[in-house]
Amino acid sequence: MSRFFGFVKKEFQHIFRDVRTLVILFVLPVVMIVLFGFVVTTEIRDVEVGILDRSMDEASIRATQKIFSSGYFIPAGYLQHEEEIGEFFRSGTAKVVVVFEEDFEKQMQRENRAAIKLIADASDANSAQLSLTYLQGVLMSYFQSVNQDMQLPWSVHVESRMFYNEELKGVYMFVPGLMAMILMLISAMMTSVTITREKELGTMELLLASPLKPREIILGKVTPYVVLSLVNALTIVLLGYLVFDVPVVGSIWLLMLECLLFITLALSLGVLISTNAKTQQVAMFMSMLGLMLPTILLSGFIFPIDNMPKVLQWISAIMPPRWFIVIVKNIMLKGAGFAFIWKETLILLGMTFLLIMASVKRFKIRLN
Amino acid sequence: MVQQEHIIEVKDLVKKFGSFTANDRLSFHVEKGEIFGFLGANGAGKTTAMRILCGLSYPSSGEIMVAGHDVYREREKIKKKIGYMSQKFSLYEDLTVSENIRLYAGIYGLRKKQIATREEQLLERLGMLQIRDRFISEIPLGWKQKLAFSVAIFHQPAIVFLDEPTGGVDPITRRQFWEMIHDATEEGITVFVTTHYMDEAEYCDRVSIMVEGRIEALDTPAALKQQFESENMNEVFLKLARK
Repeated sequence: MSRFFGFVKKEFQHIFRDVRTLVILFVLPVVMIVLFGFVVTTEIRDVEVGILDRSMDEASIRATQKIFSSGYFIPAGYLQHEEEIGEFFRSGTAKVVVVFEEDFEKQMQRENRAAIKLIADASDANSAQLSLTYLQGVLMSYFQSVNQDMQLPWSVHVESRMFYNEELKGVYMFVPGLMAMILMLISAMMTSVTITREKELGTMELLLASPLKPREIILGKVTPYVVLSLVNALTIVLLGYLVFDVPVVGSIWLLMLECLLFITLALSLGVLISTNAKTQQVAMFMSMLGLMLPTILLSGFIFPIDNMPKVLQWISAIMPPRWFIVIVKNIMLKGAGFAFIWKETLILLGMTFLLIMASVKRFKIRLN
Repeated sequence: MVQQEHIIEVKDLVKKFGSFTANDRLSFHVEKGEIFGFLGANGAGKTTAMRILCGLSYPSSGEIMVAGHDVYREREKIKKKIGYMSQKFSLYEDLTVSENIRLYAGIYGLRKKQIATREEQLLERLGMLQIRDRFISEIPLGWKQKLAFSVAIFHQPAIVFLDEPTGGVDPITRRQFWEMIHDATEEGITVFVTTHYMDEAEYCDRVSIMVEGRIEALDTPAALKQQFESENMNEVFLKLARK
């Protein structure tokens, strides 16, 4: 056993003496989470809205006030003609223009229907879509309150709530996704690189000719990364909680256990890559292209899986991060227990098993 | 005459990679305590055969015993009794001299106390006491080579395998290195060394010369020179290769 610990100690020394490794291990995760948390956001705030009011009656003015008191929009001024809309958009004065048609209030009272046009600058499609949705929400709730006052015969009162993320915060999405990405990066890429390095330096031959068993060598190489990856997982959760108020509703122990499972999976992937790569560069390249891109694009981290073409959906099903992200979201945001994530856990377990089998087999072939 | 012990016994060793035969029915033995030179051009199959003897790869067929153990069934036992030094002097560049020694000693299962005393002795003998806490990346190539060899025999193995141990080193350092090898045999360690420097063959007790996967000659350097009517080993080799 002391043989093994001496070997693990040496691996820690490699890590703590290499600045590049340290940066990837400890600085990168923090930078990524802060960047994603602050920069990439799906929320809208302070969107400039221009008003073209053709009636200027009480109802339209009250609706306008409602819009600007919601907190999402700021006034960009009044327009006189529809022709001015283009000018407003081109100059960037407004992103959305709200048009109240003539006799707004009268129509509302008489026919119980009034016309509002919402026109958005869709050169940035995502934020245009979001702004419109928010605007509609604000206007809907205003008109519902008006309807209630008027005691109309039928009126449907819709009240919507966003469960698990009441304020639709973007970070809630990114923390689980980043966790998958960072754990994948550290576990798979770092192990594949560190094992290939021993091959390149020729020290692997020496180790294989020593009384250490191949499985001891591999275990010795990955053990430090298991420990450091877990530290990283905790750091991410902590950062999410302290800086971005992302809660951990469910059990932190369950969460860490699932992280451990995912780390094991990523490590076996890393070992598999290292058995195929001859140099560190190749290993790095394979990990980047083969693991990072799918993790970002196909795991549901950024783009919803339900909206993908069927073929891509199937491909995403064999991406381990996809299942891990579901698990993390369920535990962190919904407080789900094991009963609700056993299926995803089973899938990850199966994948881990297959990967370990494959890398053991490859490793043996290489020996012969 | 005391009967010589065969520490390595090889009979009809064949190693094939697909249709390519790297080792073609090799048969030889190595006597205990001798320096056995395994010579041949690059690609003659030296390293392949040596890797099999070290338990790094399996032979396709043949009977091979190393230090009294079978290479098919008792690889683990063999690995405890041998030392190995590759042509890259594989020490860890980001570990210090002392850390490298302790790491390998630990892997071979030496006890802490044992390691400490032997490390002192070794560093003193090598004149490296002052640089024990220097990183390997900071010391010259010749020193690395000496240290790599010392590390390979630190656990006092029965046999040490040296794969092209003098590559890229200047003649004076090479000379000193062979003196170290000699000292090792005085401690009872058998040395199995591959090289393509024919002048180094003169330092060996017996040499085998491989050409295209087969052993073409095997004897003491003196006997070989006589047999091929040559001045030096280089001529012997050239005559063999042209055959």
